[in-house]
Order: sequence, then structure tokens, then C-alpha cells
Amino acid sequence: MSQSSTRRRNRWFAAGALGVAAAAFAVITAGGIGQNLVYYWGPTELHAAGDKAVGATIRLGGQVAPGSVVYKEGSTLEFDVSDGRSAVKVRSTGVPPQMFREGIGVVVEGTMTSAGQFECQRLMVSHGNEYRAPEKGATPDMRKLMETTQGLAPEASDRP
Amino acid sequence: MTAALGRTLILLALLVSAAGAVVAFAVGRRPTVAGARWAERFAYAFAALMVAANVVMVYALLTHDFSVSYVAQVGSRSLPTWVTIVSLWSSLEGSILFWGLVLGAYVAGATWATHERHPEYAPWAIGTWLACGTFFAFLIAGPAQPFVTVPNPPADGPGPNPLLQNHILMAIHPPFLYLGYVGMTIPFGLASAALLSGRLGPDFLRALRTWLLLPWTFLTVAIVLGGWWAYEVLGWGGYWAWDPVENASFLPWLTATAALHSALLMERKGTLKGWTVTLVMATFLLTILGTFMTRSGVFNSVHSFTQSSIGPTILVFLTAALVWSVATLALRVDRLSAPAGGFEPKSREAMFLVNNLLFVLFTFTVLIGTVFPLIVEATRGVQMSVGRPYFDRMAVPIGVALLFLMGVGPALPWGRATGAEARRVLLPPLFGAAVANLIGLALGVRHPWTLVTIALAGYTAQVTLVEMVRPLRQRMRAQGERLTQALEVQVRQGRRRLAGYVVHGAVVVIITAIAVSSTLGHSREVQMSRGDKVELAGYTLTFLGAEPVAEPHRQSMVARVAVERGGKSLGVLTPAMNYYPNQREPVGTPAVRSSWREDLYLSMVNVDPGRQTLGLHAIVKPMVAWIWGATAVLGIASLGGLLPPRRRREEHGTVAAPAGRPAALPTSR
Repeated sequence: MSQSSTRRRNRWFAAGALGVAAAAFAVITAGGIGQNLVYYWGPTELHAAGDKAVGATIRLGGQVAPGSVVYKEGSTLEFDVSDGRSAVKVRSTGVPPQMFREGIGVVVEGTMTSAGQFECQRLMVSHGNEYRAPEKGATPDMRKLMETTQGLAPEASDRP
Repeated sequence: MTAALGRTLILLALLVSAAGAVVAFAVGRRPTVAGARWAERFAYAFAALMVAANVVMVYALLTHDFSVSYVAQVGSRSLPTWVTIVSLWSSLEGSILFWGLVLGAYVAGATWATHERHPEYAPWAIGTWLACGTFFAFLIAGPAQPFVTVPNPPADGPGPNPLLQNHILMAIHPPFLYLGYVGMTIPFGLASAALLSGRLGPDFLRALRTWLLLPWTFLTVAIVLGGWWAYEVLGWGGYWAWDPVENASFLPWLTATAALHSALLMERKGTLKGWTVTLVMATFLLTILGTFMTRSGVFNSVHSFTQSSIGPTILVFLTAALVWSVATLALRVDRLSAPAGGFEPKSREAMFLVNNLLFVLFTFTVLIGTVFPLIVEATRGVQMSVGRPYFDRMAVPIGVALLFLMGVGPALPWGRATGAEARRVLLPPLFGAAVANLIGLALGVRHPWTLVTIALAGYTAQVTLVEMVRPLRQRMRAQGERLTQALEVQVRQGRRRLAGYVVHGAVVVIITAIAVSSTLGHSREVQMSRGDKVELAGYTLTFLGAEPVAEPHRQSMVARVAVERGGKSLGVLTPAMNYYPNQREPVGTPAVRSSWREDLYLSMVNVDPGRQTLGLHAIVKPMVAWIWGATAVLGIASLGGLLPPRRRREEHGTVAAPAGRPAALPTSR
């Protein structure tokens, strides 16, 4: 009698411990995911998000606006990413990839500063001839752009 | 003509597998000897038809028969022969066809191995395998048909995806992956059969373990080969990025590893039957989920090479397999409950249990991070991905805890251990931990997680070595054998146990190398002109110049970079960028100088042969080569452990250990 009640108590204890562990795991996971989301946005959506966009990791997709590329000292360069409706100023310090040029589709990963400039940590060029700059006023097809951008998976985690 | 032949073979395979599944299940319900023979014949016929269909496709590829739709899609006359053969799995339709080949081979092999030894549940297993075969034959015959006749065949084709023809590893990695992935169908079938026939005895266990370990070995090697390919081709200097497609291969690996361990406990103690069977079924379901993720184009990934309409079909199959798994488990839930009594906390059993919980936790962590963006997009229409820091933050503590268990578990005895006994086995390996940590500190490791990892690696390495050597010492002492003699007996009879510990040792090395290589190292990106020098971690790199090189199937820009260290020349490295006719953007080929200490990794970011400029990403990473080396050891040891234990030769004059208990030492003379 007492043995079986001990066993039952043990079982309840085990179930309780598992429940607590599961809840803790859920909380940690939710927190971990919440803090590490990478949003895929175009310039218009980025502007619409306003201050909410500052600090979050964002993949900004669009076209390198013709005539906007300025090479600075070292490998630093600045350009505008445009979707035909609005544009975002981007500053990149890494060495640009081979195909980088004006008018090409790019995805830049980085963060928005409060000054309204996008600090790019990774600059990726869309490949394949599928990507065309969107018609005036149309939203760019972000999925298409992301899909045709090589090197989205690798992360330059060890960039200086 | 060739296309029609291929279509016919696939249709026959579909018919044979469907008929075979029906026959096999019928025989399972009402066993007859003749019926069982027929089920086996159907299994062999399915395998033969799949082999034939693949032979037809390879023939069409090699003869550049562009009237076959798949050849027109991925073939090209300018390709080297190895690329032409590799094209078989370079695109969706071909890779599903190749899946059929591997499935056929596995089904034939497993049928051959089980039909005589386990006649009571072989029909159920064959039925399940052929039901899966029916689905894949249907995929090939319908949504992913590679044998469509092209009415006006083109003179030449575009060739496969440049990323795939860029490196020889693409000839090796996919077959291993398929051998791992598809092979999980066999334990799934065995588990279903055991449940359906209600036989969950020791026979089932032995078969299950063998047929789980085989694909597990291939999957393990395949995952590392995939990382190696990424390292050698993608040019960012890493081998793992928690990409959805990488996760797709990792998820079933986690559950399969958990199942291998719980099967061991089940074999030893008769507990955790339901749990083990659930893990085996989950592994299969995760391979199908992984196929869905890889092949339906729902993810943005460098690896999702194709988008197609097979996504919904795979989802239907996934749902069916899930319902099947739950239903068969529910059918036998009465026989799966564990015998009364819990585990002693200070025992090997308890460590197995914690190990399993951790693996399942790991699986959930990765699964949630992988499918979260899909759920958000489906419900809120927002596109996003879960960043790498999430995975790293979750995976590192779980991985470290598993490493800890790998040390503590094998050190603890089975059953009940007193506090003194536990101290006697758990304290000495702290010496290994201290030594490892001192070595790490001396070599400049400062990252806290890496130091913890190294300490636990030292602990586990000592336990593993002691456990490897223990039976040898016992033999030498008890029977006065020489070391070589004892070793020979151990390799011949204690193979499974020995293999297990070699695999553990290799995993310790791999985890250490991953921790060290991802936290130590240097990298820089520079824009150079000819003659420029750049310093990185003691290396001096000089850009000597860049030239175009023409090959039949591609044009390359090759840069020559002279490498010096400490005033001594280490030769010239040649990172390159390759242009393929079917893609505007080039594919890089980083140059890697590997040594046991560290890798020097040079990746070309951009190049202008006219102005002789080079954008270079140079990385120095320690210990990377250890990952590849240890994985080779792991694969060989694991396959070696699968060979059945051989009896001792007669001239030694001893009685061999009873088969099936290879860990036991023969004691009689």
C-alpha cells in the first residue's frame, strides 16, 4: 500500500518535472527564435516599418539603383537599393562580389541605423536571369529574389 | 524509344510494388509458404526494375539522347563523363529515380537477409517496404517523370546546375545521403512488421539494430560530406549554416542516433520498446519531411535546386505515413508498456534515458527553428528566416551535455552503483579533462564554451579509451595472452562493442574540431592589385596575377597567390571563379591548404584579369581537417562493427563466445 503510493507519488513527480522542463524549453525556444528572426523586406516595407526596423536583422532585397554606387576608401561602398517606388541608402564595407553592378538585383543582410542608413553585413547578388527590376510601382517578388540569390545560406560569421 | 522503355520499366515497377504490397500484407494475415515466396519475388522484381530503369537513364545520359526529357534538361555534350553520370541525381526527376534505385537495392538486401531468419514478420516488413516503393514508383511515373519523350529533341542541352558540376564531391555526397535517407525505410518497415505481427522479441531487436546502424552510418558520413562540399565550393569558409536543407538531413540523424541508443537499452533490459519503435518511425517520417523541404521549393536555400509540383504529393505521403505509424503503435500499445520499476539514477541505464531525452530535445529545437518561417508565412504572410544565432545558442549547450553523457554513461556500470563505485569510475577521467584543458589553454583557446567542450572531450576520451582497453587487459591477465592475441580476439568477437567505442572516440574528435574551428581563427577581406601583399595570422599572401583558363564545359578565372610563412615559401594557391554556359553568375572554387594544425582558405570574391585586381577573402581556421579524418574513421569502424562476429579459429582451441553476445568474453578453455 505505502509502496504503491510512493510509486504513484514518484510518477506524479516525474510527470511534473517533465512538464516543467517542457515549459522551460518552450520559453527558451520562443525567446531564442524571437530574438533571432531575420525579416525579408523590400525598401517600401522597410520605410513603412519605421523605427521598428532599427536594430533588427533584415534581408533587404531590391535593385541597385543606377547611378547610385559610390566607392569610398578601402572596400567601402555606398549604393541605393530600390524597388521602383522608394529606395534605401546602403553602406557596405566588405569586398563586393564579382557580379555586383548598377541595375542588378541584390539582397543585403544587415541592420537599419537610426540615421536611416542600412549597414550591410552581407552583400549577395541575385543570380539567374529570372530577376527583373519590378515595374514602376509594383512590389518586387521577394521570394523570387531570395531564391535566385546565391549564398543566402552561408553566413559570414567570421567577417572581421 | 529509350524514353518509352524507361516509362514501361517504371510502370512495371509501380505495378509490381503495389501487387507485392497487397500480397505481402495478405500473407502476413494468413501465412503460407508459397505466399511468402511470392512476396519475396515481388520485392526482388521491384529492385530489378528500378535498377533497369536507372541503367536506361544512365545510358541515355551517356549517349546524349536528348529525346529523353531529363537528358534534355540536364545533359550537355561538353561535359566530362563523371559529370554526365552525376547528372543522374543533379535534378529533381533524376534524383527521385535514383531514390528508386537505392530503395530497390535496400528492399532486395533486407528481404534477402530477413526472409529466412524471421519468417513470422518478414511478409509484414516486405509489405511496408513495397508500399513505400509504390509511392516512389508513382512519383517517378507521374509528377516527377524523367522519361517523357521530347518530340523535337534539341541538338545539345544546358548541363546540370553549375554548383553541382563544380566539385567532385557532388559525385560522392548525394549517393551517401540517399543510402542514409532511403535506408531508413528498412527499420521503419521492420518496426511496422514487429508491431503488426506483435513480435517485439530479441530477434526483431537484432535485425532492427543492424538495419538502423547501416543507414545511420551512411547518413553520418553524408552529412559531413555535405559540409565538406559546402566548405570546398561555397567560398564562405564554413561547413554548416543551419540551412533548412542541412537541417533536413540532421533531423533524422538525431532521432536515429537516439534510437540506436535506446535499442541497445531495449536489447539489454527489455524496456523502452515503444519508445524505440516510435523513434524509428519518427526517423522515417523526418526523412520524408526532409524530402518535402528539399524538393518542394518551400525554402530559400542554396541547396533547393528545383521547384516542382511534387510537394503536395509528398505531403500526402507524409500524412499517410504518420497515420500509419500512429495506428500501428496504437494497435500494440499493450505490449509496449515498460515493465514495472524505474531506473537507478547512478546507472548506465539512466544515462541512456537522459541521452534520449536530450536527442529528442535537440530534434525539437532544430525542427521548430526550421519550420517556424513556413508557419509564419502561411499564417501571417510575412517572409522571414530564423537566424543562425538561435540554432547555435540552442545546439551548443545540448551538444555539450551529450558530450558529457558520452563520458559519464559508459563509465557507469549497468544496474545499481553505490556512491563509492560511482566515484571510483567517475573521478579518474577528470585527469583527462584537466590535460585536455591545459593543452587547449596552451594553444590559445579562450572561448568559454570551447574550453568546456575541450574539458569534456578529454574526460570522454579517457573513458572511451579505458573502455576500449579494458577487455584486452582482462584477457591478457586472465588468460596470459599477448597484446596482439587479445586484440585479435577483441576485433573478431567484441567487434560491435569495439566499433561503438571507436565511433564515440571519433565523435569526440569531431565535436572538438567543430568547437575549435568555429571559435578560433582569423579572416580578412581585401581588394588587391598584382604584387600586393597581405598578412594574416603569420601567413604572407602575395597576389601574383590572374589568368583565364578555358575548359570544354566552362571558363575559369584563376588567381595565383603565393603563400609564405616565417620567410619560408609554402607554394602557390589558386582560388578560381568558374563561368558555366547556363548561368550568368560564376561559381567559385576556393583554394584550401590543409594541414593537421589549420587550414588556409582563400576564396575569390571578385577578379578583373584586365586590370589584374583581386578581391580576396582569406581565412585561417584550425583543426578543420580533423573533422574529415575522424568521419572517415567513424564510417569504417561503424561498418566494421556491422560485420557479424566470427568464431575463433579452431587452432586456438577455445570455445567461441555465443553469437549475438559479442561483448561477452569467452571464459572457458
